[in-house]
Amino acid sequence: MSENPNNWPLWEIFIQSKRGLEHKHVGSLHAADPQMAIENARDVYTRRQEGNSIWVVASQHVHASRPEDAESFYDPADDKAYRHPTFYTMPEGAKYI
Amino acid sequence: MTDVKNLDDIFQAKIDAEQKIEPKDWMPDAYRKNLIRQISQHAHSEVVGMLPEGNWITRAPSLKRKAILLAKVQDEAGHGLYLYSAVETMGVSREQTIDDLLSGKAKYSSIFNYPTLTWADIGAIGWLVDGAAIMNQVMLCRTSYGPYARAMVRICKEESFHQRQGYEIMAVLAKGSPEQKEMAQDALNRWWWPSLMMFGPTDANSPHSAQSMKWKIKRQSNDELRQIFIDRTVQQAEVIGLTIPDPELKWNEETKHYDWGTIDWTEFNNVVAGNGPCNKERLAARNKAHNEGAWVREAAVAYAAKKAKRKAA
Repeated sequence: MSENPNNWPLWEIFIQSKRGLEHKHVGSLHAADPQMAIENARDVYTRRQEGNSIWVVASQHVHASRPEDAESFYDPADDKAYRHPTFYTMPEGAKYI
Repeated sequence: MTDVKNLDDIFQAKIDAEQKIEPKDWMPDAYRKNLIRQISQHAHSEVVGMLPEGNWITRAPSLKRKAILLAKVQDEAGHGLYLYSAVETMGVSREQTIDDLLSGKAKYSSIFNYPTLTWADIGAIGWLVDGAAIMNQVMLCRTSYGPYARAMVRICKEESFHQRQGYEIMAVLAKGSPEQKEMAQDALNRWWWPSLMMFGPTDANSPHSAQSMKWKIKRQSNDELRQIFIDRTVQQAEVIGLTIPDPELKWNEETKHYDWGTIDWTEFNNVVAGNGPCNKERLAARNKAHNEGAWVREAAVAYAAKKAKRKAA
């Protein structure tokens, strides 16, 4: 972490490419405040009509799962094939199911 | 405790399985250091690369060419930013990375230490310099470090217009008056060899290459990429009636590649060592811009603090 008080904080940028779609993480940038982060994100990430809505989130507010825990954290899903529709045998001839 | 040897093996197994390494993953110190150096050099190259082209924005021959050049230079600034962000994910502050450029500690691509003497140089830079950079960057889209690979995908999408606009400038000049054609040929003569140098030392003289390949930071060797670039560019020069300035250039029916002359590595080493035609000018321009922008950075912080206080009250 830098000590210089004149350094601008880091923001994570999310862009919605089209109405109806999700906002997707595209990268990060430094800016003094949220408004400037939005304007800089417009200049950096939407120069070719890539978006019509921007979210900015201060990077310090992002909390993440730990990669070293990944195995035990996600393995409960490994043996539950019955959560997928293909697990079930459908009677021959049944339609629209 | 898992020992380092074991962590090393797990790391290499991930790489061998074509899994990307992400910022919070364990990685060997040497991998981190290697990437911080490579990505920051790459970022600095994008930023310093704006200077030779910026030299022609006010003198572009038409409003159309001026708008195109402005858009291209703005893209380069964006590319610098994507890459600086990737460096930051490795735990180095943005300020530190930029300070290393400004102090001269960090390197950037030597090609930007050559001057842009005529308008045709803008054509040659787009066609040859961006063309050579694209070869490298297409490969880096598959590099093993996730944030670097993602930055590269974004950059490659934007970069192809850069090469095409440069080639178009050269094509138009080559079809113009004899003086215009001569200007295009002169630019090709001056930029050809430095562009080939952009791929770096020969494989035999590239001591870090083997490790970079093992870590899948690089996927193709310097010489391989350089040869593909030559094969493609010779054909493009023929189409627009310009001559590659290499008397030894000759199609080899057996290898299905062009044989070509020898790079002057003394010149290359000289420019890397800081003695190119524009090294001092480039660093001075970056330092000037950074210092003269200091009050803007401070004012923005002060304004943000004032607004936050007003909101809280």
